[in-house]
Amino acid sequence: MRERQAAQQARRAREFQAFVAGAAGRLLHAATLLTGEPPGANPRARALLTAALASTYASWDRLRGEDPYDRTRTALVVRYARGARPWPRRPCRRRGDGGPLSRLSPQERLVLVLRLYEGVAEEQTAALLGLPPERVRTLCARAVSVVLHPPRGPAPLSAAPPVPPVPPGALGKAAS
Amino acid sequence: MSQQERREAVVRELLDAGGPAVVPPGLHEDAVRRGARMLRRRTVARRLLWLLLLAAVVAFAVWAAEVQPWVEPPSRTTPPLTRW
Repeated sequence: MRERQAAQQARRAREFQAFVAGAAGRLLHAATLLTGEPPGANPRARALLTAALASTYASWDRLRGEDPYDRTRTALVVRYARGARPWPRRPCRRRGDGGPLSRLSPQERLVLVLRLYEGVAEEQTAALLGLPPERVRTLCARAVSVVLHPPRGPAPLSAAPPVPPVPPGALGKAAS
Repeated sequence: MSQQERREAVVRELLDAGGPAVVPPGLHEDAVRRGARMLRRRTVARRLLWLLLLAAVVAFAVWAAEVQPWVEPPSRTTPPLTRW
């Protein structure tokens, strides 16, 4: 009994180490994108990843063919979404010099990382975040346009027609 | 390839830039330590619950043996006299 337990523990440790060696870099990159931290200094992303990996380790013997990478990613995303208060979509300006996504709201980052970096399907992303799929599509499109066109000034979208400049006084005339 | 797809491809490249992050050396050990602690706690909680269930079963058995609720209680009223 005790022998079998020890053997199981050793096997779990070995498999888990191999998994971490293979997947931790990519997961840490994703976590750093989520937290919007610069790649060199990412304590929050590291804490998130450690917690997610710990929960994967704890349920390693009960995975039953489930992909540990998927499981860790889900744990990471859920943990980040739970901790990312305030949830409403307002640009989070924690540190201006953060990663490429530091201008986005937590929700937009989640959608962008899951959809484009991880390549998760739209329906699965929606289910994971508890949003309708249309909302995920909208958020993704919005996040893409914010990333491609930093909001310095009005910065019209390339697809949208340019807004004609409003002559001074026109607003006042229209209002009166 | 539609415009949206092209834009998404650009963003994808942007996200992939920098490649997999460099994993700090202590991360694996930390995760294993925390995961092992979670496992231990779960084991203890499971054992406690089983113990509680066992205690409840024993208590019920003792009570049932003592009270014997299935036995009809002795009648308190005198049976009616039918023949006199």
